[in-house]
Amino acid sequence: MKSNNHISPSQRSWLRFKANRRGYYSLWVFLFVFVLSLFAEVISNDKPLIVHYQNEYYFPIFKFYKETEFGGDFETEADYKDSYVRKILTDNDNWMLEPLNAFNHTTISYDSDLPNPAPPSEFNVLGTDDRGRDVLARLIYGFRLSILFAIALTIIGTAVGILAGMVQGYFGGRVDLFFQRFIEVWGSMPELYLLIIFASIFQPSVWLLVILLSMFGWMGLSDYVRAEFLKGRNLDYVKSARALGLTDRAIMLRHLLPNSLTPVITFMPFRISGAILALTSLDYLGLGVPADTPSLGELLSQGKENISAWWLSLSTFGVLVGALMMLIFIGEAVREALDTRRV
Amino acid sequence: MSNDNLISINDLSVDFKAANEIVHAVKNISFDIPAGKNVALVGESGSGKSVTALSILNLHDASHVNYPNGEIIYQNKNLLTQTERDLRNIRGSDIAMIFQEPMTSLNPVYPVSKQMIEPLMQHQNYNREEALKRSIELFDRVGIPDPSRLINSFPHMMSGGQRQRVMIAMALACKPKLLIADEPTTALDVTIQKQILELLKELQSEFNMSVLMITHDLNLVKHYSDYVCVMNQGQIVEQNSVNAVFESPKHEYTQHLLASQPERHINSLVSNSELLIQGKDIRVYFPVTKGFFKRKIDEIRAVDQVDIHLVKGETLGVVGESGSGKTTLGMALLKLQNSTGEINFKKQRLDTLKEADVRPLRKYFQVVFQDPFSSLSPRMTIEQIIGEGLQIHFPELTPDQRMKKISQVLREVGLDDSILWRYPHEFSGGQRQRIAIARVVILEPELILLDEPTSALDVSVQKQVLELLAQLQQKHKISYIFISHDLNVIRSISHRVLVMKQGKVVEQGETELLFNTPEQNYTKELLNAAMV
Repeated sequence: MKSNNHISPSQRSWLRFKANRRGYYSLWVFLFVFVLSLFAEVISNDKPLIVHYQNEYYFPIFKFYKETEFGGDFETEADYKDSYVRKILTDNDNWMLEPLNAFNHTTISYDSDLPNPAPPSEFNVLGTDDRGRDVLARLIYGFRLSILFAIALTIIGTAVGILAGMVQGYFGGRVDLFFQRFIEVWGSMPELYLLIIFASIFQPSVWLLVILLSMFGWMGLSDYVRAEFLKGRNLDYVKSARALGLTDRAIMLRHLLPNSLTPVITFMPFRISGAILALTSLDYLGLGVPADTPSLGELLSQGKENISAWWLSLSTFGVLVGALMMLIFIGEAVREALDTRRV
Repeated sequence: MSNDNLISINDLSVDFKAANEIVHAVKNISFDIPAGKNVALVGESGSGKSVTALSILNLHDASHVNYPNGEIIYQNKNLLTQTERDLRNIRGSDIAMIFQEPMTSLNPVYPVSKQMIEPLMQHQNYNREEALKRSIELFDRVGIPDPSRLINSFPHMMSGGQRQRVMIAMALACKPKLLIADEPTTALDVTIQKQILELLKELQSEFNMSVLMITHDLNLVKHYSDYVCVMNQGQIVEQNSVNAVFESPKHEYTQHLLASQPERHINSLVSNSELLIQGKDIRVYFPVTKGFFKRKIDEIRAVDQVDIHLVKGETLGVVGESGSGKTTLGMALLKLQNSTGEINFKKQRLDTLKEADVRPLRKYFQVVFQDPFSSLSPRMTIEQIIGEGLQIHFPELTPDQRMKKISQVLREVGLDDSILWRYPHEFSGGQRQRIAIARVVILEPELILLDEPTSALDVSVQKQVLELLAQLQQKHKISYIFISHDLNVIRSISHRVLVMKQGKVVEQGETELLFNTPEQNYTKELLNAAMV
């Protein structure tokens, strides 16, 4: 105990988290891959990073250049995949620096001689899908979208869940009773059918999905927060805070909330992985994001259509399993870290 | 002598393996338990007394405990080296144990009869009917009214005293030679406490059994034990017959313990002090409702028609057994509990104010709770805990001034400001209680409600906290409402005492007058039970 002096409970949790090597490294690997995927445009794009043309530098990723600026014929944006444009840009002293994977998620690859979906080749490291788009590019962009979607869904769901749980648990009585009945009714609505109905009424989009899934995702968490608040509001430190003259708001936020976050933080990684799976399944069923959006679920469903194109299903499966496994390891470590009985 | 000894403990040490260190809980202790006598192990929390007792039955978690040396001799056998199987025959039949908390030591899902007949069928080869018959006899013997009916009830249907009687009956079922009683009455009210101890004493001579009593309460030891072993930090510092220890304690620590009995710390009152708070006809009724429409069928009168008043700088002791409404009354006075009746605080009506209007006044009346472990938020630093009230009631202070005030109040309660950045879990019970006191004193209140502030503390710490409270009262002229079930504590600090029973005030008056010449029977009974 003595060596742990001056360490706050959250710092001690962090030490316990670090002690779980598997979870700790999973966190770093996951963060690294996620941050990398945030720069997907730089890693995987059909536009070069830098073009050096007639002693001047161009940055096509950030700026629109007409083909005519490079001595081409059209007023439209230069097509850097076009052999004519490439020839101009690599002649003489001109050069261009291309991203590691020279395809965007919408780029259709014409390099392969084989019919689409084409197997891995020197151009398309993981092959192409049934419309000739590069699978690696679609995986990178799809991974990013999945994670961002999952984080958005988790943040909204957690915030609403905490708020609902706080109000129910702190005020108790009638408020709690009413809210619980409401949750029972709300929770018994058929989520999947609502999604199908809404998907046919509105133009499907990522935001529509976030909103629809958030409307149902908060309920599981609010129960836990409610229970923590019900337990906490009768503890002496809350009574002391009331006696000090704190407002309900201050008691809830400053005293009860920090002591009720254990289930919230414990569930966080599992909620993220649940959200990734939800998006993937909806896309797989064709109820998710619009067709040209890069998505893991859509790739999986293509893999099912083209069962012999193993590069489709196998690579997507690998990405999904890797991401979910790391999240579960992180979640496991978080759960252990928040267990105060451990030293 | 050795033939008379039921159990001899020689040079026993007990170690516990914690994460990375070994805790030496008991260090080289030796003592004997003579047949038919009552031996007391006395010490403060953490002194190793319960560890010693549990070692006799080897009830420790085997993966954590280690006995580096020593032996426990019972009938020429060393209990420490017995197999689990042999020990099971000894547990319950030769050596029985009763625990502190009668609520949790009975299984709530079975009727007591089922739990009662188990040891009888296990150790005495009784069949079900015989076991049941014997159980009813035992229930009768330990003083449970209407035993043939109550034996089929569930633990929650019995009172604390009755449950402890059931525990004793279960322990006696197989006529043990040794009964280990681990703080048997700590969770009970004083009047019940006395009955249980008297019962144990009777049974001890009737069954000719030895009793090993573990307690922190020197009063009990004095009245009920033959021998005492005083433990401190895992060692027995003194052992002798009760008379010898109480009359001429040899070891410094024993002297310190004996001197820790609360002394009288009463500050003289300024005559004609102004009236600080007054409650007239305070009532707190909880309706008992039934059915869907919440028909009110009855009400529980937690506080019933209580009149109370307090002048500046005065301490009012509120005594009563559990459930007598003393805490509810305190909470009602401070508007932390809804009540009816008129409450005046410094000539201002409190009971008609709305919660939002009471809030700015809260700095004048503060509360300190019993349990110093749950009264401090575990995720706030000491600085945040003590400074929180300042931010609300003295928002004009700059951070520097606030900090200065916090260090000043910490010094006042006997702590120094090196602890500011620490968290509550790093402190002992006594230190936490000081922090809880600092948190309220910093607001310069005029009234502090102390709800059993010393009940969770060891005697020597209790004494220090009482001294601190008396000091603070003298310095700042704070009034206290001191709620306690412990008459010794009440007597040491109160100017006046209010005795409560079932929500009503039974008797009130000046402390010494009330203690010396109580008028009501209930007060006499309480005083008698508390052995003051």
